[in-house]
Amino acid sequence: MSGTITVNRETMEWRPGMTVADILEERRYTFKMLVIRVNGTLIKKDRWPDAAVPEGADVQVLHLMSGG
Amino acid sequence: MDYTALKAAHTLLKEYAYDLGTIERGYTNRTLYINLDDNTVKEKPVSEMMKKKFIGGKGFGLRLLWDAVTPTTKWNDPENELIISPGPIAGITQYSGTGKSLVVTLSPMTDIVIDSNVGGYFGPYLKFSGFDAIEIQGKAKKDVIIAIDGVEGRVTIEEAPDEPLDSHVLAEALTNMYAADADDRRNVAVVSAGSAADYCGIGMLNFSLFDVQRQEIRMKQAGRGGTGRVLRDKKIKAIVCRSPQLKGDMNNVVDMDAIKERGKRFNREIREFDDVQCRMRKVGTAHLMEIMDEYDLLPTHNFKFGNHPDIGRIDSHVWEDRFTPRSSDGCWYGCTMACAKVAEDFTVTTGPYKGDNVLVDGPEYESAAGLGPNIGVFDPDIILELNFYCDTYGLDTISFGTLTAFAMECYGMGILNKERTGGLELTFGNGQAALELIHQMSRGEGFGLIAGQGVRKMKRYFAEKGWGDPQIMQDIGMENKGLEYSQYVSKESLAQQGGYAMTNKGPQHDEAWLIFMDMVNKQIPTFEDKAEALHYFPMFRTWFGLMGLCKLPWNDVEPENNAETDEPAKVPEHVDNYVTIYNAVTGSHIDKQEMIRQSERVYNFQRIFNIRMGAGLRANDAQPYRAAGPVTAEEYESRADRYDKQLKDVLGLDPAAMTIEEKMAATRTYREDQYEKLLDAVYERRGWTPGGVPTIEHLKKIGMDLPELIEVVKPLLEK
Repeated sequence: MSGTITVNRETMEWRPGMTVADILEERRYTFKMLVIRVNGTLIKKDRWPDAAVPEGADVQVLHLMSGG
Repeated sequence: MDYTALKAAHTLLKEYAYDLGTIERGYTNRTLYINLDDNTVKEKPVSEMMKKKFIGGKGFGLRLLWDAVTPTTKWNDPENELIISPGPIAGITQYSGTGKSLVVTLSPMTDIVIDSNVGGYFGPYLKFSGFDAIEIQGKAKKDVIIAIDGVEGRVTIEEAPDEPLDSHVLAEALTNMYAADADDRRNVAVVSAGSAADYCGIGMLNFSLFDVQRQEIRMKQAGRGGTGRVLRDKKIKAIVCRSPQLKGDMNNVVDMDAIKERGKRFNREIREFDDVQCRMRKVGTAHLMEIMDEYDLLPTHNFKFGNHPDIGRIDSHVWEDRFTPRSSDGCWYGCTMACAKVAEDFTVTTGPYKGDNVLVDGPEYESAAGLGPNIGVFDPDIILELNFYCDTYGLDTISFGTLTAFAMECYGMGILNKERTGGLELTFGNGQAALELIHQMSRGEGFGLIAGQGVRKMKRYFAEKGWGDPQIMQDIGMENKGLEYSQYVSKESLAQQGGYAMTNKGPQHDEAWLIFMDMVNKQIPTFEDKAEALHYFPMFRTWFGLMGLCKLPWNDVEPENNAETDEPAKVPEHVDNYVTIYNAVTGSHIDKQEMIRQSERVYNFQRIFNIRMGAGLRANDAQPYRAAGPVTAEEYESRADRYDKQLKDVLGLDPAAMTIEEKMAATRTYREDQYEKLLDAVYERRGWTPGGVPTIEHLKKIGMDLPELIEVVKPLLEK
């Protein structure tokens, strides 16, 4: 069974058991200063490895600025 | 080096005694004016109006420069001034990143105002010695040193014939020469350029600091826009300031407890989170190398591409191994971020210092990217050597990287060849050729002398010689307003295209870095969203330059609860720290809205200054096409999926039925149109006309309707 989710306004394939950490890995979001919201709810960093993402979720992975 | 003999060769041209005075609430309330035409030295009062409207730092520089020049003044006219000003907050030591100076002058690269933010001790020491700014006009007949002795209350202008020009040796000589004894070296700061600044428009200024832990001179750079070229055109070898001994409250602030409380809070953040966030204490901004590569933003081969398989050879872990971090790695006292990293005992392999073991400051991200992948170099030793020579010769690493990348691409296209470069094989990746180019710049000879004037002048020169198609050179020549782009690929971020090309001074990322917000987060999808970001962030970041602050502690570490705030990208707690500290230093009562308004006044003043000098209009905000999209077929093909998707999803075209030329043309038409729409939106948000002119109504609204500004904009508004 598979469906989709939206990550930063782009459609992404969803699979059962998908976690926030899975999304970061698949999208290669390696930057350290991220703010992540799933359906508007903030997911704190210590929960990324096991925070499940439901089918159809709207996921925001906000990269903050640094450098320069 | 025999410092006594060097000093004995000096001829005193002028000695000026002054009362040391006091600093109250961050201001000395006077500036120091020097004219080298006739060796005038005098003090000028700072009015309340000047403090209110222009605040300090860059604002003071702009105000003083406006009064000194006319619309026809050129960078090398005697009337042009070199102004260095810290700001009211500069010199406190209880919060990180509080020792910056702003250098302001008419630029040899852009013919408009350049402002450059720099660390090192000179700015705070100038203030502790009695002055909110130093303003230097005129030209000396022979090489001089200007010395400010803030202990004795004396300014001297001295002919100085014998000191070497290159900064790593000059700064050491002058620190020893002007210090009362070895311990006093920490109280001496030197501003100097280098031998290449005698010839090259990209000449920059080094600001020294004496590193007590290492017992070495280190230097930070006012890199952008040719400030070092102006110094040397005035025949100034160096400006030296000897400060009274640093104490806890040199600024006589209103509420030290408030500053200390914010400082402790920030220091706790650094201790707890830096290691898991940006690792600034370990590797500085070079932590960005692999991040920019991962997100396809690392300029590679003249901004053609955004990543490279060899990134592992020059990523942050490589630099971490090369650096020797110490707690003294700040560029001002009290900075716990301490990101000014140092590579010690580097053995130079070429040029006049071949065989010497030297200390290299950096490379920071911009230097590593510009001297590395952008010119196809993935050898850390070459990058370090280029960084060392850029610094000591007085050359801007960012401009050097971008202009060398341009020359290398021209070489690959046949616009240049061995005959035209005088034998230099300027192919991407040829680090030895880049090193020879830099040595030519220091000697003012060969192709180095041509290249050292920057991309814009190279384009004109090559076109005049009939060496290449002016249009292709325009497309790949990464400059705007005459200044070279700094080291980020902006193709996929429309907002960052504006963040670069709509800047007042030229494409430096210190006004706005919006790539993640725009390209990755998709947080600002509409033109209105982008315009709001291109209003807020440039105004907010301008504020650092008014105060004498570093931007890095603002958002290179974040508080634990930052994610829970409404606007995490703005780092609200740190914004509140800055508002609190400004009020605590000056006794003001501003809030975060007034903070933006303070910047907005100065920002609009600078825009109108540009208009006064014949620039600052919509045409001046145009960008080279490579900043927006693929210029060559190779470039298109390298990211074909991305560009084809845009053609299909956004423009409703069928890329499968199009030739590469048709696809490139359609992409270009679309992207160039998008940029024009962005200009419209941003100008409207900023209170400007579609031509980019601030309206009188807007100037009144922000309290900047000064008669001299109205006089400049009114004729344009009536057209």
